[in-house]
Amino acid sequence: MANEHNHIISTIVEHKPGVLYTVANLFRRRNFNIENISVGPAEEVGLARMTITVRGDDRTIEQVVKQLNKLIDVIKVTRLDPDHIVTRELALIKVNAPNPKVRSDLINYADIFRARVVDVSSESLMVEITGTSDKVDAFIDIMKPFGVKEVARTGITALSRGAKSAKMEE
Amino acid sequence: MAKMSGAKALIESWKRENVEVIFGISGGALLPIHDILYDSGIRHILARHEQGAAHAADGYARVSGRAGVCMATSGPGATNLVTGIANAYLDSSPVIAFTGQVNTYSATSSYMIGRDAFQEADIIGITTPITKYNFQVKSASEIPKAVQMTFHIATTGRPGPCLVDIPKNTQTEIGEMDFSDKVQIRGYKPNIEPHPVQVKKAVKLLLEAERPIVLAGGGTISANASPELLQIAELLMMPVTTTFMGKGCFPEKHPLSIGNIGMHGTRVANKVILEADVLLAVGTRFQDRSTGTLDDFCPDAKIIHIDIDAGEIGKNVDVEVPIVADAKATLRLIHQQLVSKLRQRENSPWFNRVKELKDKFLSEMDSSKDNLKPANLLKTLRKILPENAIIATEVGQNQMWAALHFQALKPRTFISSGGLGTMGFGFPASLGAKVACPSCPVVDIAGDGSFRMTEQELGTSVTEDIPVIVVVLNNSMLGMVAQWQRLFYNRKYAAVKLGSVPDFVKLAEAYGAQGFRARSLEEFSNAMKKALKNEVTTVIDIPISPEDNVFPMVPPGKGLKDTIAGM
Repeated sequence: MANEHNHIISTIVEHKPGVLYTVANLFRRRNFNIENISVGPAEEVGLARMTITVRGDDRTIEQVVKQLNKLIDVIKVTRLDPDHIVTRELALIKVNAPNPKVRSDLINYADIFRARVVDVSSESLMVEITGTSDKVDAFIDIMKPFGVKEVARTGITALSRGAKSAKMEE
Repeated sequence: MAKMSGAKALIESWKRENVEVIFGISGGALLPIHDILYDSGIRHILARHEQGAAHAADGYARVSGRAGVCMATSGPGATNLVTGIANAYLDSSPVIAFTGQVNTYSATSSYMIGRDAFQEADIIGITTPITKYNFQVKSASEIPKAVQMTFHIATTGRPGPCLVDIPKNTQTEIGEMDFSDKVQIRGYKPNIEPHPVQVKKAVKLLLEAERPIVLAGGGTISANASPELLQIAELLMMPVTTTFMGKGCFPEKHPLSIGNIGMHGTRVANKVILEADVLLAVGTRFQDRSTGTLDDFCPDAKIIHIDIDAGEIGKNVDVEVPIVADAKATLRLIHQQLVSKLRQRENSPWFNRVKELKDKFLSEMDSSKDNLKPANLLKTLRKILPENAIIATEVGQNQMWAALHFQALKPRTFISSGGLGTMGFGFPASLGAKVACPSCPVVDIAGDGSFRMTEQELGTSVTEDIPVIVVVLNNSMLGMVAQWQRLFYNRKYAAVKLGSVPDFVKLAEAYGAQGFRARSLEEFSNAMKKALKNEVTTVIDIPISPEDNVFPMVPPGKGLKDTIAGM
């Protein structure tokens, strides 16, 4: 559809078993698409933050937010404003590196992208990169000609800029 | 704090929630609970199938306005509840299901969760998309809070079913029980009071409207908002149409009532709404069966939408004034502000127009003298029954005939499976209704197809002494499907002919109930009068023509303007 964009929704949920299932189930049932999801403990014990990237038009995203809000174990839902947001993704990339020449080329590229080499073997190199998804994509593209053996990406995590917070209200 | 077993804590918690009755079937994973329940003073009604138990709890909830409780054992017991839970979910009914579960842990056997133990089913996983909230108990001491939470969640905000899954070992485990907890759920705070600015906007729209109309849905009944609705409608001389779920929230004998809207709505309702300039929608989700195609749904009206569920605002239609709040609180405020700004309206041109349409369509209605026509039967039934009688319906033609021809006069007296369209709902729901209101006559308007689906609950009604009346409009067909085949599939009656077995009179007798067959309107009247005095359940079998159709009808994929009156 024409007006579809990626939207990032930041959600504070109860940190307990089954919540991820409940949230994922809602997306499936309502025909919403999760592009990307990252989950981890939030600022307060007992709470987790789910950062969900959803593709859809404005009406769909509004429904996503409302339906998420209805879930009992979901405590707060914030639609992040793409203009005032910091997004990051972390990726680990294992690349073929059969000789010193290739290794040195890889290390140069890693430097340009401010990525770090985190593991080396005689046959391969593992690089860690953090940044926006575009940056991670670009770096993986550069690595492809060398032979990418494995990629693990965390999915997008995000917070809004400035003092405003998507924390629980008092 | 008190030390006791999980089973004892469960029954204690139920008592604190004023649970009077539980519909269910026992089983291995419920033995410790039933052992305590037996002596507790809480009535357990033994159903013949768990689906029946769930529907009965649903009927109880809809009539009483309180939580209806059902219970089943692990595995197939729990999965048999699923249709009933889904039904309650789609109709926003506060049903609470308790299920037994295999042990959380066992040191000596593999009878435990996750080992595919005997009668293990992942009922939490299965019911997540069809419950408002569900919870699996992991230790006995969690039980009091789980009960408190589910009763609170099921019955507040937009009501809906909840499920608590209780592993067998937590039923016998001794724990420290804390019953004092006030329910505090940080992710759940339904908004009751409307935003004053939105109320003001709504009042302004209503005052400016020349052709206002009310569309009242099931939420009006859940919120007990009928008196407020009546006040506003009368003040503004505003016609009231209801969705199928809203039937009964406004007395259908009232001059301002124009009946149901939608696929099988009245012709007057489906016409009047097209001419309206302001639509006051209360507790409705603008479902496809109500609206027809959305482009043709009240094209000229600005919509005020009151709903307690923010998720319903803007889901299906765009609205001018959204109000997320309790319908009763909102209508009360709107009425207060209207009263201060206007005097009682007299006959407006709009009211006269509505009356003119109403009279016109009424006079055009099929006044066939064939006295076994469903319309005649249902009108006769209304005359025989007192105002407080409760109607349950099955699903299909019987249901739509009842909606069209049986006038509901009070809220919570017309209960039916609207959202899910569950055949077999009506009869067990009528048992639940009777338990909730023993002094009310309760009638299940049934088709033969639906009644066959849960007829085994005749056993429950007789042994548990819950006398209701079942009126079977018997065309030996899955009639609504046959109607669509007649209209849209060239009369190819595929998979709809049920034959004339069983003999429902004999079936009733086999269960110790009473059966009558009515072959004329007079026989029907007489049978009904006897049934009303009967101390056991009565089944009245009425052979009707398999060619009878439900009209008016909006053909699938069409708009309300395309309502057809007949063939």
